[in-house]
Amino acid sequence: MMDTGRLRGATVWRGGGLLALLAAVAIFPLVFTNALLTTIAVDTLIFVGAAAAWNIFSGYSGYISLGNAVFFGCGAYTVGIAARDWQVTGTAVFALLPLAAVVATVVAVPFGLVALRVRRHTFVVVTIAVFFIFQLMAFNFSFTGGTTGVSAPFLLWNPATYNDPFYYLALAIGVATIALSWLIRGSRFGLQLRAIRDDEDRARGLGVRTMRVKLAAFMICAFVTGLLGGLWFYFITQVLPQSGFDPAFDLSVALMAFLGGLGTVSGPVLGAMVLVPAQQYLTEQFTNDYLSQIVLGTLFLGVILLLPRGVIPTASEKIASWRARRSGRPAEHAVTPAVQAAALPGEPTAAGTAGKESAR
Amino acid sequence: MGRQIYEAVVDGILVGGVYGLMAVGLTLIFGVLDIINIAQGILVILGAYLSYALSVHLHIDLFLGLLITVPAMFLIGVVIYWAFIQPLRGRERTSMSLLASFAVAIIIEGILYWIFSPNYVELNAWYVTSSVRVFGFYLPYIYLFGFALAVALVVALYLILYRTRFGRSVRATMQDQTASRLIGINVNRVAAVTFGIGVAVTAVGGMVYGATSGGFNPNSGYDLISRLLAIIILGGLGSIGGALAAAVFMITLESVVTIWSPNWAIVVFYAALVIVLTFRPAGLLGRQAVRAQ
Repeated sequence: MMDTGRLRGATVWRGGGLLALLAAVAIFPLVFTNALLTTIAVDTLIFVGAAAAWNIFSGYSGYISLGNAVFFGCGAYTVGIAARDWQVTGTAVFALLPLAAVVATVVAVPFGLVALRVRRHTFVVVTIAVFFIFQLMAFNFSFTGGTTGVSAPFLLWNPATYNDPFYYLALAIGVATIALSWLIRGSRFGLQLRAIRDDEDRARGLGVRTMRVKLAAFMICAFVTGLLGGLWFYFITQVLPQSGFDPAFDLSVALMAFLGGLGTVSGPVLGAMVLVPAQQYLTEQFTNDYLSQIVLGTLFLGVILLLPRGVIPTASEKIASWRARRSGRPAEHAVTPAVQAAALPGEPTAAGTAGKESAR
Repeated sequence: MGRQIYEAVVDGILVGGVYGLMAVGLTLIFGVLDIINIAQGILVILGAYLSYALSVHLHIDLFLGLLITVPAMFLIGVVIYWAFIQPLRGRERTSMSLLASFAVAIIIEGILYWIFSPNYVELNAWYVTSSVRVFGFYLPYIYLFGFALAVALVVALYLILYRTRFGRSVRATMQDQTASRLIGINVNRVAAVTFGIGVAVTAVGGMVYGATSGGFNPNSGYDLISRLLAIIILGGLGSIGGALAAAVFMITLESVVTIWSPNWAIVVFYAALVIVLTFRPAGLLGRQAVRAQ
C-alpha cells in the first residue's frame, strides 16, 4: 500500500493540475479571439459534455447506446419549435434551454422502457432503430419543418465576441456533467450501474432494481444530451433532420469514450478533446473530404487495435507499473484502488458490494 | 386497391428474398463470431460497384460477373477478419468489434466516394429494363432472376451447413466455442471462412440491389445496414430461418405500406421491430431468451 504522505502529495498535484487546466480553459477565448478557433472550441466543449453524458449511462452500465442523437435532436427541435411558435427572440431564447433537457428526458422514458428490456447487440440495434424512427419523423411531420428544418432566431451580438457566451455555457454544462459523472461513479448508484455491467443477473439476484437503475442513468444521460442539443441549435442557428438526428453524432460520442477509456471519468473528456479538433484539422488539411474520412477511419482502427481499452486505463496502468518498478515493489501492490478500478473493468466485488448495500 | 396490394406483396416477397440472403450472411457471422458486422451494408454497395465496374468497363454480364465478384468479396471478408477482427481479445471484444467493423465501413465508404463520386449510378442489362407479365402484372426479369438466385444460394448455404463436415464444425462453433476447440475444430479457420462466406453473399445482394433499387451511391450503405440489422434482430440473432422469414415479412410490410404513404413506410419497418421486441425480446425465432452477458 502507498504511504499516506505520497498519496496526499498526489492528491494535491492532481487538484492543482485540475485547477490549472480549468483556469486555462476559462481564459481560452480571451487569449485566442480567432473566430475559427473559438468555433472549434465550442464544438469540442459540446462533445465533451455529450461524451461524458454518454459515458454515465453506457460506460458505467455496459449498455452501448448508438441512439443518443435522439436526445440531441429532440433538444434542438424543442427549443427551435418553441422559439418559433411562441415568438421568443433575442437573448431570452436561452431561457428555453431547460425545456430541451426536460423534453429529452421525457422521451428517454418510453425509449428506455422498450430498449432496456434487451441486452448487448440487440440493445445496440434497438437504439439504432429508434434513432431512425426519430430522424424519419423529423423528415415527415409538418411541425418539424420537414426537409427545411427549423431556423433559430437571429442574435444581434457583437461578431467579435459572438462565440463567447456559447463557449462559457458549454463549458459550464461540460464541467457540471464531469462532476456529476465523478459523483455517480463513487456513489451507490454508480456501483449498482457497474454491477449491472459486470453481471446483470447476479446484480438483480442480490437486490439491485436493475430496470430502475438503468432507466435513471438513461434519463440523466438524456437530460444532459438534450440540453447540449438546444445549445448547439442556437450556435449553428439551424437544425435539419439529418443534422439534428445525425448518425455521426451517435458514433462520435461512443468513439470518444472508447478512445479515452470506457467507464472512466476522464476518458470520454480526453477522447472528445482529441477527436473533435483532430477531425476539424483533417477536414482543413485535406481539401479532399473523402481522403480525410479514410484517414479518420484508419486512425480509429489503429486506436482500436493498439489501445483496445482506451488511453486512460492503458496509461494509468503503465504509470503504476513504472512507479512500482522505481520503488522496487511488485506492481499489483502499488496500484491505487482508483487506478485498479479504472484498469480492471471486471472488478469481481462490484456486483456483490452493490447488492449488499441495497439489501441493507 | 386489392390489385395494388397483391402487386406489393409479390414485389415484397421477391425483394425480400434477396434481403434474406444478405441477412443470412450477417446472422451467420453473428452466430459463429458473436459480433455484428456493421460493414455489411457498405460491403453490399462495394459488391454493387464491383458489378458496375465490370459491366461498364469490361462489358461483362451482371450474372457472369458474379463469378468474379463473389470470390473477390470472399477474399475481402477473410482479409478483414484476419486483419481487424481476430486480433481483438478480452472483455470488450464485442463492442470493440462493432467499432472496428464500423471503422472499416467508414474507410470503404471513403474509398468508394473517391473512386466513384457521390453521383447515383444504376446497373443495367436487358433483364433490368424489359419486363415479363407474371400473375397479371408486369415485372422486370431481374426481380425473378434475383429471387431465384437468392433462393438457390440460401439452399446451397443450408446444404453446406447441414450436410458437410465443414458445416458441422460451423454449427458446433455456434453452439459452444470452447467445446469445439477441445474436440479439435480449428475455430479460427472456421471463423475466418464463415466471415468470408457472410461477406461473399453481399456480392450477389449488391448486384441485385444495384439493379432493382433504382440507383445507389456510397451513402446507400447506411440505409441497407439499418434494415439488415432490424431484420436479423427481428428474426432472432443467429437464426437463419428467422432471418429469411423476417426479411420477407419486413420488406413485404414496407412495400404494402408504400401504397398509402411512401414517406412513412420505412418508419413502419422500424416500428415493427420495436413492437415485436417489446413482446418477444428474443425476436420471432430466437432460441435463447437472453444470452448471458
